[in-house]
Amino acid sequence: QGKFTLLRDTRTDGSFLVHHFLSFYLRAGCKVCFVALLQSFSHYSIVAQKLGVNLAAAKERGQLVFLEGLKSCLDLLFGEEEQPGQPSPLQFLSGSGCDLRALFDFVRVSLAGAGADSWNVPVLLVDDLSVLLSLGAAPVAVLDFIHYCRVCVCCQLKGNVVVLVHSNEDSEDEENELVVNSLCHHSDLILWAEGLATGFCKDVHGQIKIIKRLSLRQAAQQDLVQIYQYKIQDRNVTFFARGLSAAVL
Amino acid sequence: LVFTEEDKYGLYSNLLFKYFLAEGIVCGHELFVASAKEHPDNILKELPAPLLDDSYRKELGDEAAAVKSEDFQDSMKIAWRYQNLPKMETSPTTYTKFGHYYDVSKKMSPELCQSVKWHSFYLHEELPFEPKMKTWNMNSGYARLLQSIQRIISQEGFDGSDPQKKQRNVLRIGIQSLGSVLWGDDVCCSDAPEDPQSLTKFLYVLRGLLRKSLSACIITVPAHLIQNKAIMERVTNLSDMVVGLESFIGSERETNPLYKDYHGLVHVHQIPRLNSLICDVSDTKDLAFRLKRKQFTIERLHLPPDLSDTVSRASKQDLAGSAKLLSSGCGAMAIGKKHLDF
Repeated sequence: QGKFTLLRDTRTDGSFLVHHFLSFYLRAGCKVCFVALLQSFSHYSIVAQKLGVNLAAAKERGQLVFLEGLKSCLDLLFGEEEQPGQPSPLQFLSGSGCDLRALFDFVRVSLAGAGADSWNVPVLLVDDLSVLLSLGAAPVAVLDFIHYCRVCVCCQLKGNVVVLVHSNEDSEDEENELVVNSLCHHSDLILWAEGLATGFCKDVHGQIKIIKRLSLRQAAQQDLVQIYQYKIQDRNVTFFARGLSAAVL
Repeated sequence: LVFTEEDKYGLYSNLLFKYFLAEGIVCGHELFVASAKEHPDNILKELPAPLLDDSYRKELGDEAAAVKSEDFQDSMKIAWRYQNLPKMETSPTTYTKFGHYYDVSKKMSPELCQSVKWHSFYLHEELPFEPKMKTWNMNSGYARLLQSIQRIISQEGFDGSDPQKKQRNVLRIGIQSLGSVLWGDDVCCSDAPEDPQSLTKFLYVLRGLLRKSLSACIITVPAHLIQNKAIMERVTNLSDMVVGLESFIGSERETNPLYKDYHGLVHVHQIPRLNSLICDVSDTKDLAFRLKRKQFTIERLHLPPDLSDTVSRASKQDLAGSAKLLSSGCGAMAIGKKHLDF
């Protein structure tokens, strides 16, 4: 409870982690606010079905609040004039305001609003944060947004926040690296999916580093790092110790 | 959203672009062609003609079958370990019904071109940006293009907004040389462009439009001119499929004996992972292309046997260096040189 989890991927696609957390929290009965910036609702819906969760039903009963970034952006740019009482969450795209306040208000209202008590802890899930930079938000604005979300969701509502970012070791995208590094320092748990350093392999899709940041809560404690390799299948992801893939044994 | 990085002189990426459009015509899809370089009418006049007669296909099929039956008889004596491995197919010999083949030396007939409805967007003929649009914070050329695409999608009912339409069709969008100076964007000329987010914002909105409608899009970009690599990284994240074409013209690889059969390499940087946890991962990532008189083929890159008499140290190292580059993957990009040195 009250934890900030950072999902990070390098040289590979870490979105399978997002799908996992989405179905995990929905099954646990939590109220989830999902800010999906990169893919459409049907994409997540189809994958969630394979993992045993029905997103449409969750949305119906109010357990899931889904912000489909692509659709929201189109509505903002091509739609008619917005109603004064309902600013678009992605308002920073048009107009001169470049902070993410509207997005934060959306998150706050969906998780702290009426009916939130009937569910377990609230959860904010973001896929993925690096897109906000591509859309013109300044890195400081993105960090502010996350900070506000943490205060609201983790501290006030005792909920969890899970965020996906992309990063590259020799990336030239300084703004992105700035955001990622800063978030790493503030995370309680980091799940880092990396492509294998030796190149592409059919049986091992990558390795995942799990870093439990015990040093954050208690001074003089070391972070706990565990490394596994994984292979993604149609409905499942199998994890195994390094070098012990099923293809080798 | 298929994102293609152009090769240096734009020859081969143009060809790929035309193939995409030609396939659209043959399948009866509607087309939308946008360009700031060539007038779309001219682009459409130069599409390759489809090979619709079965005789050509059968010919190729016979050839391949003949080759297969010959080799089958020899059993390997020295390299007998390899006998059990499946025969490596350099190019697809099984003619599945997916897609069509084209003859590059002939142009598509005008009647065939006219058989589908198509829309064009030539930047220099378009009206300037309408003032009533809200401030989009984007390059005006891109904004006009997006407006145009959105208008076509909603007017022609590709987004399902018109339930009375009896037959749904697919819209194929082709955008040529996006990001080049001709679109009014300086992302290709300077290291610190004035508005670096225009291109990425454009791609995001385009992605939204594509997801919302029955359309597919190919974009070619002169990526070799973009000096700011951060933009390329962001663009890769925003696209579904990213393919880069590297031609050997004018580079040192032209004379490299490894590549003598080919005209260039195909780098697949990203494959789409839609509606599923996994993506379609193929066996190998080393692809090369060649342009024969009639055909443009993409095949697996395989090393020719090293049969030269003068096998000097220097040339061996050269080949070895290139060979290491070959086996580096794409999705899990390799720092192969560091780890495979022994």
